[in-house]
Amino acid sequence: MSEKIKFTIDGKECFAEPGQNILDAATDNGVYIPALCHMRGIKPAGSCRLCNVKIAGRLMTACTTPVEHGMDIENDIPEIQGLRLAIIEMLFVEGNHFCPACEKSGNCELQALAYRYQMMVPRFPYEFPVKEIDASSPKLIIDRNRCILCKRCIRSFTDENGKNIFAFKKRGHKLQINIDAKLSANLSDEMAQKAMDICPVGAIIRKEKGFDQPIGTRKYDKVPIGSDIKSVI
Amino acid sequence: MSTYVKNIIDKYNNDETRLMDILIDIQSEIGYIPNEAVEQISQSLNISIVDVEQTLTFYHFFSQKPIGDYVVYLNNSVVANMMGRSEVAKTFEEEVGCGFNNVSDDGKIGLYSTACIGMSDQEPAAIINGCVFTKLSPARVKDIVADMRAGKNVKEMFNEYGDGQNNSELIKSMVFNNIRKRGEVLFSDYENGAALKKVVTMTQDEVIEEVKTSYIRGRGGAGFPTGLKWDFCRKSEGEIRYLICNADEGEPGTFKERVILTELPKMLFEGMAIAGYALDAKNGVLYLRSEYTYLKDYLENIIQELRETNQLGENIAGKQGFDFDIRIQFGAGAYVCGEESALIESAEGKRGEPRNRPPFPVQKGYMQQPTVVNNAETLCSVVKILLKGADWYTMMGTRESSGTKLISVSGDCRYPGVYEIEWGLRIRDMLEMVGAEDIQAVQVGGPSGTCIGERSFKRTICYEDFPTGGSMMIIDNKRNLLKDVVKHFMDFFIEESCGSCVPCRALTVILKNKLQKILDGNGVMNDLTELKKWCNMMKQANRCGLGQTAANPILTTLENFPEEYEKLINKDIDFNSGFDLSAAVGESCEAVGRTPNL
Ligand SMILES: Cc1cc2nc3c(=O)[nH]c(=O)nc-3n(C[C@H](O)[C@H](O)[C@H](O)COP(=O)(O)O)c2cc1C
Ligand code: SF4
Ligand code: SF4
Ligand code: FES
Repeated sequence: MSEKIKFTIDGKECFAEPGQNILDAATDNGVYIPALCHMRGIKPAGSCRLCNVKIAGRLMTACTTPVEHGMDIENDIPEIQGLRLAIIEMLFVEGNHFCPACEKSGNCELQALAYRYQMMVPRFPYEFPVKEIDASSPKLIIDRNRCILCKRCIRSFTDENGKNIFAFKKRGHKLQINIDAKLSANLSDEMAQKAMDICPVGAIIRKEKGFDQPIGTRKYDKVPIGSDIKSVI
Repeated sequence: MSTYVKNIIDKYNNDETRLMDILIDIQSEIGYIPNEAVEQISQSLNISIVDVEQTLTFYHFFSQKPIGDYVVYLNNSVVANMMGRSEVAKTFEEEVGCGFNNVSDDGKIGLYSTACIGMSDQEPAAIINGCVFTKLSPARVKDIVADMRAGKNVKEMFNEYGDGQNNSELIKSMVFNNIRKRGEVLFSDYENGAALKKVVTMTQDEVIEEVKTSYIRGRGGAGFPTGLKWDFCRKSEGEIRYLICNADEGEPGTFKERVILTELPKMLFEGMAIAGYALDAKNGVLYLRSEYTYLKDYLENIIQELRETNQLGENIAGKQGFDFDIRIQFGAGAYVCGEESALIESAEGKRGEPRNRPPFPVQKGYMQQPTVVNNAETLCSVVKILLKGADWYTMMGTRESSGTKLISVSGDCRYPGVYEIEWGLRIRDMLEMVGAEDIQAVQVGGPSGTCIGERSFKRTICYEDFPTGGSMMIIDNKRNLLKDVVKHFMDFFIEESCGSCVPCRALTVILKNKLQKILDGNGVMNDLTELKKWCNMMKQANRCGLGQTAANPILTTLENFPEEYEKLINKDIDFNSGFDLSAAVGESCEAVGRTPNL
């Protein structure tokens, strides 16, 4: 076994496995770094930019940066927390998030982060963009109004032959998630549920199935996101 | 299965990493990429349809529906607009009978806008079916449209040919080089193959050491020491190494690579071979922007000639085991593909999304192997460094910036073109040399660079003072800086972002809308405070250089031209939502025939 790596986050002494990224290591040490695109065990995307931390005066995304010996990481500082709140607000204004009408409400990581970061109303003007809903698959509805383009579905979901069902389409502010009509037609119910669970928001929704879990009993209804790692003081 | 699509896919051995080439060939053969072809590609390469669409829809020059027998891409850069683009565009619309982003009713002519095409010294310019038309005027446009209607071959529609190799058999284009100042390194005597002959008598370590001693830094913008980069790559573990020449040249206002590719291609390929020798790389890739497709036959012919003269291929320059060859990889219209890791993704057939670092390209680059990406100018300079020695090279320039630099000059000046200057030239002297008068601002280093005014003209062009990837756009006093330049640049970044990072995708739009609010006369002082704060978020929060610099047009003008903003601000009120209620209800009022009662 190789030696553990010693480092600090906001002064707290932490230990990591060699090669581990900062985000996973922080979680293992009971330090909460917010994340939307990261999924443990899957190649990091580094796209939501929420997990930015400061190392030697520079911002780095915790999910893509391997821990190095003796690193001093700043996480819970006003500059970074402010940036994170701003990013959450950006996501709210670039999409159309009408939480009360969303099946994922209460289980949605974006909504939960907005609560944790005490977002009252975004500082940026709403854009109210027109986005297409794709309901062509017999099993799934893709609601692009809610998609935050975190790439989780693209990175972690394939059909049984290893073929991609999700991919990006276009670029920049026109970027959108695309679902393969042919391949998605063959999804089993379990696979459809898995796709829905992968999505941090309500952009992948199962058809003909909903509100199994009553509001009030959902994941973030009573405790803020990240409480399993570190509770909000 | 259509046979021509099959032939194209076969040509690339059903190789998924050559998806770009497959799409480029289909686009140029059929004029668009039909759904059947997408399906056929997906079957042959054994990938899903959305995978093919992911690459296809990323690039500006691919289309999924017919876009005309003649496809006009009229440049819509800031400089093109300064030089009279709007009149040209209007004439196109009138003569063709449709607006931009449309195809004429008979399907014959399509009109489209495109970002800077590398012709800023001869704007307004357009690309029609791959051929470049420069210095367009409304009268010329009338002739061109008449020629298209008459079904002429595009090459027969030129009314003149450019200078130098532009006039050679395999190019025959209208483009002019406009080399205004020749320096000691690039535009001086060049004997093809001499450096290579010398290099093969040296060890690889000696070559890298010489490049290190010359202290040349990358000419693509980031300025990383070239010798060090080569050293890192060679020391990285890998099965095979790659050398990629970056000739994407997407930064608006830059066109030096165009001139290098036209006049110094042998020098460039020699530089690539030298790098290949030093790195022990057998394969080189020249990544070329799609806009320069008119140079394709010419460049391929030269590569062939170099193979025949033992400067590429096997046992180069008689040295046993020194094998190196080059293939050209075209892009398809995406500025971000100039970023080295996006370029690598693109060369592997994917959407041009920059990678996360680490690993760096020198560790895991093209095909996950150690890769050096160097700018074309860097590689050309290396040829002279090895021929004449690092000491000769460091005599030019300043302490930290050795050698010479190509500057692309455009905009409001008498002599737009390429200048090879020694580092350390004062900006004021440069402006005098190019014949610029009545200057309001100079955009140094393209939209991602800095907009400076009179106050900064005393500064010098070099890494220790004012570094630049090499473009200078001159903006005189008759221009509206915020409306015609800054806003335009923001549109450029919004269009060109890959869209992965939230700030780069979303905040760019928010910033531009805020600027628009101010331009509309609805700005208050707080808008400027917010603008600055929000711009600063962009600098570090994004993954790659595009997002990190995308707020620079606003940020650097806020700093250097605050009065331009302040004069638009209403200082008497603290708040203005910028929301125009009567406009918002205008449509419904019209429908019901009422006037708004606000
Ligand atoms: C958005 C973006 C666009 C870029 N475009 C170019 C380009 O067109 N040509 C280029 O040589 N470098 C470009 N670069 C810089 C490259 O990433 C890379 O640093 C360079 O090619 C390395 O070569 P050098 O060390 O010889 O300069 C770009 C960088 C960014 C972030
Ligand atoms: S659909 Fe869901 S998982 Fe996929 S990119 Fe959008 S938000 Fe992420
Ligand atoms: S900064 Fe912009 S262009 Fe660069 S990776 Fe992020 S979204 Fe893409
Ligand atoms: S979790 Fe690291 S960038 Fe999204």
